[in-house]
Amino acid sequence: MNQKDLLGLKELSREDIESILDTAVPMKDIIKRDIKKVPTLRGKAMVTVFYENSTRTRTSFEIAGKYLSADTVNLAVSTSSVQKGESLKDTVKTIEVMGFDLMVIRHSMSGTPHYVSRNTNMSVINAGDGTNEHPTQALLDLYTIREKKGTLEGLKVAIVGDILHSRVARSNIYGLSKFGCEVRVVGPATLMPPGLEKMNVKSYHSLDAALKGVDVINILRIQKERQQTGLFPSMDEYANLYMLRPEHLQIAGEDVLVLHPGPMNRGIEISTQVAEGLNSVINEQVTNGVAVRMALLFLMMGGSKNEVIN
Amino acid sequence: MKLLIKGGRVINPSSGQDEVIDILVEDGIIQEISKDIQVEKDVNIVDAVNKLVCPGFIDLHVHLREPGFEYKEDIASGTRAAAAGGFTSICCMPNTDPVIDNAAVASFVKERAAKSGVVNVYPIGAVTRQQAGKELAEIAELVTAGCVGLSDDGKPVLGSDIMRHAMDYANMFNLPILSHCEDTGLSSGGQMNEGYYSTIYGLQGIPDEAEEVMVARDIMLAGLTGARLHLCHLSTARSIDLVRLAKKKGLYVTCEVTPHHLTLTDEIIEGYDTDAKVNPPLRTAEDIEALIAGINDGTVDCIATDHAPHHLESKDCEFNLAAFGISGLETAIPVVMSLVNTGRIDLMRMVELFTVGPADIINIDRGTVEVGAIADITIIDPNKIKTVKPQEFYSKGKNTPYKNKEFRGWPYATIVNGELAASEGIVR
Repeated sequence: MNQKDLLGLKELSREDIESILDTAVPMKDIIKRDIKKVPTLRGKAMVTVFYENSTRTRTSFEIAGKYLSADTVNLAVSTSSVQKGESLKDTVKTIEVMGFDLMVIRHSMSGTPHYVSRNTNMSVINAGDGTNEHPTQALLDLYTIREKKGTLEGLKVAIVGDILHSRVARSNIYGLSKFGCEVRVVGPATLMPPGLEKMNVKSYHSLDAALKGVDVINILRIQKERQQTGLFPSMDEYANLYMLRPEHLQIAGEDVLVLHPGPMNRGIEISTQVAEGLNSVINEQVTNGVAVRMALLFLMMGGSKNEVIN
Repeated sequence: MKLLIKGGRVINPSSGQDEVIDILVEDGIIQEISKDIQVEKDVNIVDAVNKLVCPGFIDLHVHLREPGFEYKEDIASGTRAAAAGGFTSICCMPNTDPVIDNAAVASFVKERAAKSGVVNVYPIGAVTRQQAGKELAEIAELVTAGCVGLSDDGKPVLGSDIMRHAMDYANMFNLPILSHCEDTGLSSGGQMNEGYYSTIYGLQGIPDEAEEVMVARDIMLAGLTGARLHLCHLSTARSIDLVRLAKKKGLYVTCEVTPHHLTLTDEIIEGYDTDAKVNPPLRTAEDIEALIAGINDGTVDCIATDHAPHHLESKDCEFNLAAFGISGLETAIPVVMSLVNTGRIDLMRMVELFTVGPADIINIDRGTVEVGAIADITIIDPNKIKTVKPQEFYSKGKNTPYKNKEFRGWPYATIVNGELAASEGIVR
């Protein structure tokens, strides 16, 4: 992988993705050690700037940097000069001139990391932009699937929920398609974006139909505000139609993997039995998220992927 | 002072004339059109050999931003942009602050234009007070103050009842209503055309139907009232179909398309270039085909720029926060000439869409080259090749998606009321 920024999986090659996933394998070993620290990124500085709430992504980036000995700082947007009306451009410039090498940004508006990238020399990692992409989430999903299934090639993957507003869905579609996966999306018609057929994605409204024979089910979080803007009638009706329950796993097959990017709405898009069941890899996704982000930070701030990690 | 335009190819759509012939102008009026006019010494000669000599170009849809938003544009800078871009007359939209919804503001604009402007300025008055869509503006007063049309442009007249009343009332003055067609329920929150690319770029889409349902409604109301309806900046294939149908039914419905909707598609939002963010949004290649077909079969009546200058800060920001609009006056001719160069639009037809087409809609005695006519003349150098450099615009708005693009066919001279207002892109 040889680029300044990670803005999305759309523009990343299969080889680049493989390189990140391969690099994440030894990183995961580091996390399991008693002394979870390597000096690889000593002297490098990174900042996380989250304009939207986050538990796992932000913490995951921060700890990934710390395991690699980078200096990590979190800009608390809600107590920063952003609240005084400072423009994003000025905020980014201010951070840059403090000497940071890399900036991780999450923003509610699509394309904002691209805008930041044009205005800074720092490396930029997109930690989720509006309804566009969430590349590191998709990378950790790919990592998890590959680790469990041994390969990504030719798998059937169903993504369930609010596809229209989901950056996780988009990044997964781009990533999975590059490995020849069959991608299906399922959800209410009001939460489906246009142009899916052109993306070579099959869309379904029936959960049962979509899950037939799939290897992986990726459940998306449903947001209450979508109901409030008239996109579906009620959370109860949504749960009746789309909550993943144990009987659905029978349709898919006993080896099916269940993923969820979190945070979960238990009892709405996923039942507790499934979330905590044998097919669920939801907690492992979080661990893998740290490994994948360590790999990215290493590749973007460190050196070549051949460098020995010890 | 006399002015002789010598050796140019005159293209005059109102008469169908297309020949190399000289034009002599005196006291702001065309005095003579004939071959090899010989003159004595005190005459300015414009060498127009290998140039296209056309009636002065008219733009029905310009945002001059004054009063209120002078940091985006003012009448001095906007009219200079017009002259540099080859326009001799422009209509300015009323979404200023205060809104042009009364005689005082309309008169202010006329006076400012007379004092600081360099081309003819015709104000468009608001349909409703404050453009709020509730009560009619004082339309008779606006007519007296020189308004040539009515529009709440920037926003639609949402209430069908108020639009109906506006049409009935405006009809007493034979005044067209220039309608910005947008169902804001369908477009709300939208950032670009709804379709494959809005999915790919993760931006909320604006469906074609946001425009089309209002086009259909306004056509229905034009049928009900018999009013003169002019539909602004149409961007979709079905909008053009609806206008075609309305014309077939004999309704007094006209429409305009913009240079950007004729040449750019939603795909160019890639990279989130806010200069390509415009309302109505850039559509698809199929829509471009339909707009061009509408031009070629007479459905489209004119090309207007929807010149929407913005200051840098409102475009140099997050895509969702960026203002809608393209600064269009200084690129309109080269952009549309690119369609003439590739044979998509006939040259005579192109000139018609910029001259007699718009002149007929607002009912002004311009847009033609003939003896006795007002000497508004636009001369185009069809062979000049130049790159768009927004930093050199006269307009304060540097917001153009055509930046750094090369075009062939640029304005050579702009003659307003017999005076040379601009030559080779330089305002006199």
